[in-house]
Amino acid sequence: MPPSALPAISPVPVLAAWGRIAKPGSEWLVDDLEGASLGANLSRGLGRSYGDSSLPASCTDRVVATRRANRIVSVDAGTGVLRAEAGLTLAEINRLFIPRGLFTPVTPGTKFVTLGGMVASDVHGKNHHVEGCFGAHVRALKMRLADGSLVETSPSSEPDLFYGTLGGMGLLGHVLEVEFTLKPIASPWIWMESQRVTGLEEFMESLGRAAPAWPMTVGWIDCVSLGKNLGRGILIAGRWAEKDEAPPVAPDAPRGWGMPIDFPNAALNHTSALLFNTAYYWKHWQRSRTALVSPEPFFYPLDAVHDWNRVYGSRGFTQYQCVIPRACGAVAVREFMERLTRFGTASPLCVIKDCGPEGKGTLSFPLEGTSIAVDMPVSAGIQRVVDQLNEFVIATGGRIYLTKDAFTRPEHFRAMEPRLPAFEAAREKYDPSRRLRSAQSVRLFGDRTS
Amino acid sequence: MKAVILGGTSGMGRALAQRMAERGDHVFLLGIGEIELAKSAADLAARSRIAAKAESSASAALATWAVCDLESPETFGPALDAADAALGNFDAVVVTAALFATQAALEADLELARRLLTVNYAHTVVFCEHVRQRLLARGGGSLTVFSSVAGDRGRKPVGLYGSGKAGLSHYLESLDHKFHDQGLHVLTVKPGFVKTGMTAGLKPPPFAGEPESVADDVLRAIDRRIAVVYTPRIWSLVMLVIRWLPRFIMRKIGF
Repeated sequence: MPPSALPAISPVPVLAAWGRIAKPGSEWLVDDLEGASLGANLSRGLGRSYGDSSLPASCTDRVVATRRANRIVSVDAGTGVLRAEAGLTLAEINRLFIPRGLFTPVTPGTKFVTLGGMVASDVHGKNHHVEGCFGAHVRALKMRLADGSLVETSPSSEPDLFYGTLGGMGLLGHVLEVEFTLKPIASPWIWMESQRVTGLEEFMESLGRAAPAWPMTVGWIDCVSLGKNLGRGILIAGRWAEKDEAPPVAPDAPRGWGMPIDFPNAALNHTSALLFNTAYYWKHWQRSRTALVSPEPFFYPLDAVHDWNRVYGSRGFTQYQCVIPRACGAVAVREFMERLTRFGTASPLCVIKDCGPEGKGTLSFPLEGTSIAVDMPVSAGIQRVVDQLNEFVIATGGRIYLTKDAFTRPEHFRAMEPRLPAFEAAREKYDPSRRLRSAQSVRLFGDRTS
Repeated sequence: MKAVILGGTSGMGRALAQRMAERGDHVFLLGIGEIELAKSAADLAARSRIAAKAESSASAALATWAVCDLESPETFGPALDAADAALGNFDAVVVTAALFATQAALEADLELARRLLTVNYAHTVVFCEHVRQRLLARGGGSLTVFSSVAGDRGRKPVGLYGSGKAGLSHYLESLDHKFHDQGLHVLTVKPGFVKTGMTAGLKPPPFAGEPESVADDVLRAIDRRIAVVYTPRIWSLVMLVIRWLPRFIMRKIGF
């Protein structure tokens, strides 16, 4: 096999996250994660977090790529309890278990994530109002701590380590194995109902109505149009189809298309976003539709185009995702949407979702309220946009999602995160020398880079 | 299939073993490192059980292991005996194990070069001879060996490593010519750059492949009894060009 056979594209190796924001450094692909985690500074799965949480603090840091650590340790098809190495991907779990009538209790919007990443981000999905975060279904973790020791942690064994690791961005220790419970599904099909919604207040109301009726809800919302069209969109609700509703055959295996080129940076601008949004909105010309669909387009619409992040061009992009507490009401959500839309920086990708009660992960993102996620290309003004949105979110008592973040200031994060002292105490206990670190922990927690 | 995989705990071998277990083949792992062998065997057992929709491990396909070290030819016979005993006479053998080092490292450390060439060529050939004798005695079977595109032409960045693989490819070709009519299917796999632990730290060139797609290509080639497979497939075109490049160009370029 030829090593470095062809000339390198970049003279300095860089690691890039999904938002294409890059740092100098390289990852170390390993088959034996348990051995390789010894002395490492950061574990990295598929690099699908948007911001800088999977990027090294320093170019000499040892970053372990976990994605080849993909072995199943044990599985009990009766109870659905699966224990696997941290690099096993959700795509693999779906491929193996959907035909078997089992599905992950919580899935994020992409299947290209590893189990370790799902734990580190404590991911949530369309069913958050029913099932909570992924961490609520994790029974145990095997971890490598900074001092080199191996520990088995669970809600009853070293709970501060266990809950600190849920949503802890990989900073308390390397996750080596994850044990969680798969849920039975009646069929491999989804019964979906979608509804065109004309404005923000109606959207909030419809989301509220759908939550008790449907186990899964999410909305696409127009973050570009102002005036009476502000907050129009499409609400999607779904559930697993019962056996007698579903076709006798399983859905076709997903096939993806690649994105062979970077779009020019100018391709995605306010005008093209406005055009796309209007077309996308009116494509759903009926007020409501029902359909039996495959789980792939329902859960992972963007996975159909591999490397869709190239649409944003070489400048890269960030996702701003925050949650605004229910107590602040629809007024606060409208105020947020107006501010966001007036900036004119939003792309067509904007998702709104009802979150259920806060979970037990020390730094886990969701809390009871409305979550809004919007992609924005990186531009000269991006820092100012993020700062102003953060100031608004702090005033509502909400917070942002670290997995998506690359621009939040440390003082803003501290202001929106009353649970931070508990997390810092856990870091002090399990990694007093701060061996585990990332570009994000340098930015937000003030870790040293040397 | 009742398959023995030497090197099935990591990289392309692991991906291939997983695919085979999932489709119901009985897999017996050979390799070094008892902990890794046990972990991989448990993974394969779980995968075959899920795919077979079996409730307990009792009805699942067999997945067990034995230690076999390419550096120690005396382990070959006993390891294959163990595989035969567990599987009830295997009918397919896959060899993915090998050593790897960069040209610079090999030039700087001739003891390492001697070791690598001995393992990748001489010992691998001896292992294949053990397998050949057993398979021919039971009327045939398939032998799949991972060589490399590095063995197709003497090239600057992979001269020493590639020379071992060239010898191996040469041997495998002769095996195919001599024993094809007696029922021995010999498959020479020539991977291009594949992103595994073996190539960790090296900058992936264009057309770099993933172990899963390599596993799919190899499994298809085994089933169709193909003699040589390049994977990812684009490498057959790349190497076609490289094989025809005149010497004065090969002296100039770094490929």
